[in-house]
Amino acid sequence: MSSSRFIITVIGIDKVGIVAGITQTMAQYNVNIVDISQTIMDDLFTMIMLAQITEENFDLSAFQQAMSEKGTALGVEVKVQNEDAFRFMHRI
Amino acid sequence: MLIHPEEILETIKMVSSENLDIRTVTMGISLRGCSHPDIDTFNENVYNRIMYYAKDLVKTTNEIQNLYGIPIINKRISVTPIAIVAESCDATDLTSVAQTLDRAAEDAGVDFIGGFSALVQKGMTPGDLNLINSIPRALATTNKVCSSVNVATTKAGINMDAVALMGKVIKETAEMTKDNAGIGCAKLVVFANAPEDNPFMAGAFHGVGEPDCVINVGVSGPGVVNSAVRSLKDPTLGDISECIKKTAFKITRMGEMVGREAARRLNVQFGVLDLSLAPTPAIGDSVAAILEAMGLESCGTHGTTAALALLNDAVKKGGAMASSSVGGLSGAFIPVSEDEGMIRAVQRGSLSLDKLEAMTSVCSVGLDMIAVPGDTSSSTISAIIADEMAIGMINKKTTAVRVIPAPDTKVGDMIEFGGLLGSAPVMPVHNFSSEQFISRGGRIPAPIQSLTN
Repeated sequence: MSSSRFIITVIGIDKVGIVAGITQTMAQYNVNIVDISQTIMDDLFTMIMLAQITEENFDLSAFQQAMSEKGTALGVEVKVQNEDAFRFMHRI
Repeated sequence: MLIHPEEILETIKMVSSENLDIRTVTMGISLRGCSHPDIDTFNENVYNRIMYYAKDLVKTTNEIQNLYGIPIINKRISVTPIAIVAESCDATDLTSVAQTLDRAAEDAGVDFIGGFSALVQKGMTPGDLNLINSIPRALATTNKVCSSVNVATTKAGINMDAVALMGKVIKETAEMTKDNAGIGCAKLVVFANAPEDNPFMAGAFHGVGEPDCVINVGVSGPGVVNSAVRSLKDPTLGDISECIKKTAFKITRMGEMVGREAARRLNVQFGVLDLSLAPTPAIGDSVAAILEAMGLESCGTHGTTAALALLNDAVKKGGAMASSSVGGLSGAFIPVSEDEGMIRAVQRGSLSLDKLEAMTSVCSVGLDMIAVPGDTSSSTISAIIADEMAIGMINKKTTAVRVIPAPDTKVGDMIEFGGLLGSAPVMPVHNFSSEQFISRGGRIPAPIQSLTN
């Protein structure tokens, strides 16, 4: 069974309102932030969040699409991926 | 955070700029219960059986792709070798079976279906012969069907009658698909020691020792290995091997996760994870580029076989650590038409057919996706097959031949197949005849290596 936690990555040119815009969409879908880290890597704004989804029948693809559209509007790339994708690759 | 941001970004970079992908999720389906003397009833059984298991394959793999954000490029089906299950059919022409497989593949939404196959390493049954004779028309009248014939094993030796016959079948297939540069031959593989659980096409079939239905996964990532090797500063060969091993480990873990999740959701058994560095025509996603990253000026020059041996072995070691069920081919593929670096090496004159043959003795497959001139005789093609089968037989490994004698082409021409199949430069073959050797027929006996009991 896959994890109910997701890694959300936001990568792009830094500007005002990225965090506000992204977290607003997350709140609309009732997605809780467990951990958040933000840095500038290779001149790119990089935000990584660990998010928890508690709803039983969460519509993942609708959430992914909303996040992706929000990212496009803000000029950044947003990815929502299950935590296992990273856990399997980097942890034994 | 449990996972370090740098690790997260490493994974994302592998997918977004280094072409890491799950190359295929292949569902193996047994057709052993489908046999019937009447070929129409048989075809109906085959269609229903495939659709019963595969109806949700594409939908499920797409869901998994979205869940993890890892692209799954191909969804495929492999079936029990048709020669076995169609043995009891009264009809001798099995083209309609291939057409049924094609229709099932179309309706299930998969990219390819493999298993229009026969295993004839020690001899042929009437069913095997019917199947082999049907191959040219089957491949000319279908889009998604892949065919393979196993003509040699270490235990049985080489069936040279079958080798001679396959030379003719390949020529005929090229002729019947000449409007598309002989593309039928790109879907036809001749094997030694064919694996029964290989998820990669064109050689996939569902072996007789397999369960009723199984999920096998093929992972790829030459681009990831290439960029990992290139990022090393002045490495020793030991450092390169270590780097490839670690990279292979990470890629394999991803495949393992996807395979297990797909099997769980489809409620079938998880078979094997096949980590094979399968190149694509994308720049950098190339096995030749990895060999050149190790310090060779151009792939095919002296030292290429040694570099490939290092690569293949390191890939296997990393893969074996990462998954408890590594199988299939697991190693490096060297298909010429699908690898931009290989194509360049041929055009530059550094890579020849003879060197490719030598390379196949240390990597996971054989002479793959190689175009030869249209006037190459069937006995020369058979002789190319025989050489490759001998390498597989003696070294107890899988080898294969997938050559395209593209009609009306000569050395130096480029043939376009499109998509993952890429484009192939027509390569020269030896002009001296092998006719008499091939026409002798019979068998090359099993080698001393077969006496292991």
